[in-house]
Amino acid sequence: MRALADLYVQQFKTTLASTLQYRASLVIWMIAHILEPLVYLIVWSTVSNTNGGSVGDITTRGFAAYYIVLMLVNHVTYTWIMFEYEYRVREGSLSFALLKPVHPIHSDIADNVSSKLITLPMMLAAAAGLALIFRPSASPALWSLAAAVPALVLAFLIRFLVEWTLAQSAFWTTRVSAINQTYFVPLLFLSGQIAPLSLFPVPIQVLASVLPFRWMIGFPVELLTGQLSPLQGLIGLAAQAAWLALSIVLVRIVWRAGVRIYSAVGA
Amino acid sequence: MMNYLRLLGVFFRVSVLDELAYRVNFFVQLFQSFLELATALAGLAVIFSFTATLGGWRPDEVLALVGVYFLVGGMIGLVIQPGMEDLISSVRDGSLDFLLTKPEDAQLLVSVHRVEIWKLIDVALGLGVLVTAIIRLGEKVGAGQAAYFAVMVTAGAAIIYSFWLILATLSFWFVRVENILEIFQSMYEAGRWPVSLYPGWLRFALTFIVPVAFATTVPAEALTGRLTGGTLLSGVVLAVVLLAVSRLFWQVGLRQYSGTSA
Repeated sequence: MRALADLYVQQFKTTLASTLQYRASLVIWMIAHILEPLVYLIVWSTVSNTNGGSVGDITTRGFAAYYIVLMLVNHVTYTWIMFEYEYRVREGSLSFALLKPVHPIHSDIADNVSSKLITLPMMLAAAAGLALIFRPSASPALWSLAAAVPALVLAFLIRFLVEWTLAQSAFWTTRVSAINQTYFVPLLFLSGQIAPLSLFPVPIQVLASVLPFRWMIGFPVELLTGQLSPLQGLIGLAAQAAWLALSIVLVRIVWRAGVRIYSAVGA
Repeated sequence: MMNYLRLLGVFFRVSVLDELAYRVNFFVQLFQSFLELATALAGLAVIFSFTATLGGWRPDEVLALVGVYFLVGGMIGLVIQPGMEDLISSVRDGSLDFLLTKPEDAQLLVSVHRVEIWKLIDVALGLGVLVTAIIRLGEKVGAGQAAYFAVMVTAGAAIIYSFWLILATLSFWFVRVENILEIFQSMYEAGRWPVSLYPGWLRFALTFIVPVAFATTVPAEALTGRLTGGTLLSGVVLAVVLLAVSRLFWQVGLRQYSGTSA
């Protein structure tokens, strides 16, 4: 445990140093992360205004709140591991990670968290700017905001583990981009990015609640914008806990199978 | 002009020969392009299930816009982007030297020397969507609109090409330019919706800072009879001016270049 803590601290330091060196790629991610929810915010505001100020039970300013919060939640939970892992396997740099006496996932988590420590203040500034322009309104209860804290941590862990598992596909195939793109489709629709899930027909809402995607992004957003009842909040946290357990099992199985067939260049 | 087309033909043939060795790529690319289109259409379906028009655009008109988005995006991915990415990396590692020794205009060679043939799938899909949208719009699309559309797509492509050339030319002075090009990609996605939806500052950015609007919204406006004479004229003028400016800038940049060992 001590050793693991040391590892995290060291990884924080190296990532901070290297991220500050390569600021450009951070800016690129941030622009994409701001622009995409912004476009949907604008599209839904337009729809809402043509319909007399609301869609379903969400008002124009409610959409603004939803998408500004979604922008932050998506940024907190996103990973780039699927792109990086393919490179590691292809170039063989994974071999060095295998020599270390700890599971490589730990340095990836630490790396992810520390780079977000740098970008989060800028994303918060962007959110504040958008809030001035679009004047969001939401009235979440105190319990809802409190529940959003564990929900956000769980969402980050579930998304990280699922995407880390998916990244392992690089052991079996070089066509990772097709797999990634296939994954992004349900992520886009069922996590609440294209539209708040409450606007979808009931069968799709049920599907979204069974699959992991809503628990990675949509659920914390719904809590933070006060869309859920206390019971729904509790059920959601339980579903997140279940998906966390499941994804830990998944990571272990896939990692063991993958590393067995991995053979680096020159090995 | 003939020379340009002949060279493009040659490079295209070479790319085909190159890629035929990796035929599975065709199916993978086909799968990815269809998936992207299906995602875009499903997104439209969700939004139009709540409204009849989006900022005054009817579903078939937005469908036409999606067609233009794929068509122009495919053209960018086919020649413009691969050529400019190569330019940036060849300035950095000095391999631009080899290209400069060839007895052809260097800008021409840089612009067409790499063709990403699988992007033709996007071009074809875009055309398919566009034709579907035109058929569904029916009589509203006359010969006049079609002509304006052709003019605006050409102007849009010229604007985007010049824009990329100017950015790529910056690599003669700065090392890491490809990052700016990445930003273009994420801005381009905003062009899937009519820019008239966006608030003024964003519309301005998407029109004049990163000229996405001229590549997607404006041609779609031409097709759906929304185009004003002013926009038509400014699009054509901007295309001509940018082509000239990017040519000039390229020549200044080239003078700055001095090989690896020089």
